[in-house]
Amino acid sequence: MNDIKSQATTPQLSHARDLSRPGFYVKLALMALVNAFGVYGILASYAQEQWAILGVLVVTLIAADYIYFSKRAIPAKYLFPGLVFLIVYQLFVMGMTAYVAFTNYGDGHNDSKPAAVRQISLTSEVQGGESFPLTVIDRGGELGFAVVVDGEARFGTEEEALAPLDGATVENDRVVAVEDGEILGMPQIVERQEEVLGLRVPVSDEPEDGSLRTRNGTTATTSLPALKYDEATDTFTNAEGKLFRANSDQGVFVADDGEELSPGWRVVVGFDNFTQMFTDSRISSLFASSLGWTFAFAILSVFTTFALGLFLAVIFNDPRVKGRVIYRALFILPYAFPGFLAALVWRGMLNRQFGFVNQVLLDGNAINWLGDGNLAKLSIIMVNLWLGFPYMFLVCTGALQSIPGELTEAGMIDGAGPIKRFFNVTLPILMVSVAPLLIASFAFNFNNFSLIYMLTGGGPNYPGAPILVGETDILISMVYAISFEGGNRQYGLASALSIIIFVVVGFISWLGFRQTRKLEEIM
Amino acid sequence: MRKSLIALAAGVSVVLTACGGGTADTNETPEPTASETTEATESPSGEATSEAPADGGTLTIWADETRVAAFQQLGEMFGEESGVTLDVVQKPTGDIGQDFIAQAPTGQGPDMIVTAHDGLGQLVENGVVAPIDFASKADLFNPVAVQAFTLEGNVYGVPYAMENIALVRNNELVQDTPATFDELIAQGKAVEGAEFPIIIQQGPSGDAYHLYPIQTSFGAPVFVTDENGDYTTELGMEGENGTKFAEYIQKLGKDGVLSADLGGDQAKQAFLDGKSPYMITGPWWTSEFVDAGMDISVLPVPSAGGETAAPFVGVQGVYVSSYSENALPANQFVDFLSTKEAQDVLFEQGGRVPALIESAEAVDDELLQGFNEAGAEGQPMPVIPEMAAVWEFWGGTEVAIINGTSPDAAAAWQTMNDNIKAKF
Repeated sequence: MNDIKSQATTPQLSHARDLSRPGFYVKLALMALVNAFGVYGILASYAQEQWAILGVLVVTLIAADYIYFSKRAIPAKYLFPGLVFLIVYQLFVMGMTAYVAFTNYGDGHNDSKPAAVRQISLTSEVQGGESFPLTVIDRGGELGFAVVVDGEARFGTEEEALAPLDGATVENDRVVAVEDGEILGMPQIVERQEEVLGLRVPVSDEPEDGSLRTRNGTTATTSLPALKYDEATDTFTNAEGKLFRANSDQGVFVADDGEELSPGWRVVVGFDNFTQMFTDSRISSLFASSLGWTFAFAILSVFTTFALGLFLAVIFNDPRVKGRVIYRALFILPYAFPGFLAALVWRGMLNRQFGFVNQVLLDGNAINWLGDGNLAKLSIIMVNLWLGFPYMFLVCTGALQSIPGELTEAGMIDGAGPIKRFFNVTLPILMVSVAPLLIASFAFNFNNFSLIYMLTGGGPNYPGAPILVGETDILISMVYAISFEGGNRQYGLASALSIIIFVVVGFISWLGFRQTRKLEEIM
Repeated sequence: MRKSLIALAAGVSVVLTACGGGTADTNETPEPTASETTEATESPSGEATSEAPADGGTLTIWADETRVAAFQQLGEMFGEESGVTLDVVQKPTGDIGQDFIAQAPTGQGPDMIVTAHDGLGQLVENGVVAPIDFASKADLFNPVAVQAFTLEGNVYGVPYAMENIALVRNNELVQDTPATFDELIAQGKAVEGAEFPIIIQQGPSGDAYHLYPIQTSFGAPVFVTDENGDYTTELGMEGENGTKFAEYIQKLGKDGVLSADLGGDQAKQAFLDGKSPYMITGPWWTSEFVDAGMDISVLPVPSAGGETAAPFVGVQGVYVSSYSENALPANQFVDFLSTKEAQDVLFEQGGRVPALIESAEAVDDELLQGFNEAGAEGQPMPVIPEMAAVWEFWGGTEVAIINGTSPDAAAAWQTMNDNIKAKF
């Protein structure tokens, strides 16, 4: 635009490459910022020993610098930021879900194996109950505990059991001065807390007498480990000699008689989570009814909202209707409400005894809208109709206005009545643009968790059912109920089930879009 | 269409790039001041730990909005003694336990959390809390409170406050209370102008907690206790006594004494409006009744089935993370919490009966003492992780019996027991 001559002779320099123009400096400043943040992130993740994050940051930063300073990668310049965010926010999340679906991550399997071993060792120490005021002493770099037992000062280390300590000064049952070694003050104890907390000083040469240990640095307590970990065989042994072996298929230490130690750890369990849906009879029986209701809910929701939305759109598209603008604005109101809030309001209005619907509209009849299975399903469909028709109304209004008037006129000339004109001319044209939206609406309602959760909470529950799934639970809320509400969080199972739902929705959408393409071919 | 989408994505991401730099360092910046973000809760790690003790270091604690002020005050008191800074981070009540379980293994969790005892089972199952030394102090505390924080021989938290439900009487309507529940209902029905003889909140999914005193008076506790008073996994509500209780609430439902439509808020409002001489509720609402100028007394719940009516006792306490890299000062802080001065602060700020006996005896609030006496026979709420499922089956079955959805009370009760047993 600015210099036609140079464009004709030499390849044009872009704003961002031409040193004489501000674009270059803007780019330089932006890239400097990106690099600054990137390098900071790399250093920070190095300090935190987060190697995966570090690797990703390095690769991303190098790629960014190459792309924005190279002459070749012009399309990549536009795509790169989007791709980075796509990978971080979409692909990573999906990959993570898929990974978790193959593990037993959840309650009881919260962390890695070393953490489980550490925690089992920690919690299996039986407290002797005897406590002594404690003095921590450093003897040539090695820590030891000094306590007063029966009025006599004693000292011991990890290797040496408690033995009388000569030349110690005792005040109030606490050793306050020693000849050999240095008494640690609280700041030093805190500084070396890992050593102090890990120190076990045997009370005597007999292991059954237990050992002294401290948790706060000022008192020592006798304790006896009830379980001993053997790293070589990867087993825990209790006082009676019972052996708990590490079972790396289930991520838990288990004895021959089936007794397990808690906590376990996270392991990959393969397809167990996927098959549980179908093999666990408690789940599979309710799965079928829930699946049926999910389809019914999604299809009916799309159909009812579309029918009402289209009906209103056709009516208010007619120029003979007065005050169309006001009506249209009013109809959009439910769409402007946050859905979950509206569901909560409806829940209150449908309360049997105190709700607006029964009290005011139905003259105090105690209709159990949300407490009866079928009525609750009806309520859900009706509330979703209220929530959903404005969207369809908007979409259809737009689509109707884009249909050329000549087509309807042509129908009129051919002698078709208004109904015939609508079904044979208007509707097919409308469907071309609206059908993909209907499929999207179906997919949305298939997973419409917030409506179900806020309106009925899935209830009423099947009376006497072995798992807490309600009659109005759709698949996604059923997954939530199974995986979390029972007080036992099973992230692995939840991830697997949501992948199954994804497959179902994906398949249906694929079928739907294939049908839509056929519609387009008709045109 | 596709092209425009990509263009849009690119456009959005360019905008996002401006703030995108910030996402890289989300986990790396320990913020010095308390804020509600999780980054701020990071415990010092690596080289930070070795520097920290110079000034006593920092402990991070999660507390909900009602307790932040109290713990900030305690933090200052503790800091004067030890030089340790207590960083109190506010979290919603319901999130503390769950977020802690998820975050502790990443090393980003707090050193301590303040929460109720009934999550103990889940916390221990996930290995995120560490036992504390409590043997020498246990005698100074209310045994119920200590028992609440004990699991398999280990004590996992310092208890500081206890709460339970009791019978609250509107002294303007009645002045004396009979010894049995049936007589109480008869008395309540005779009161002029009262809509309900007694108010016990329920709601659509039931409320086993508020019916529990009546249930225990039939000798049907949720689980059988062993000789130490600890719960076993054997159901105590199965069998004859449990069935009697189920039939009793069925009768109360038919008589209109119990109603599923009376949720928590409706129940409170009805009592405030003087529609009933009695209500079974906890200390969380009595202050509102007093503020509204009502003259009330707090009494033990009369027995319906012949035995003592014992409510559940809920206990608040502080846990130490087993992932804490500053465990030693954290243990010193929980030691500090078991002193009278700390428990007094928590009482002043929280208004619940302290768990330390010495502090509890000094409480001169008549209503709180009434709750304390009503809870004297109480048992702590069970802590097993399966409890969440038990509550749902339990309340759901009770409400079905009360509103007549399950006409055969005994059969419904047995089904519930079978379903709960299947959870173990």
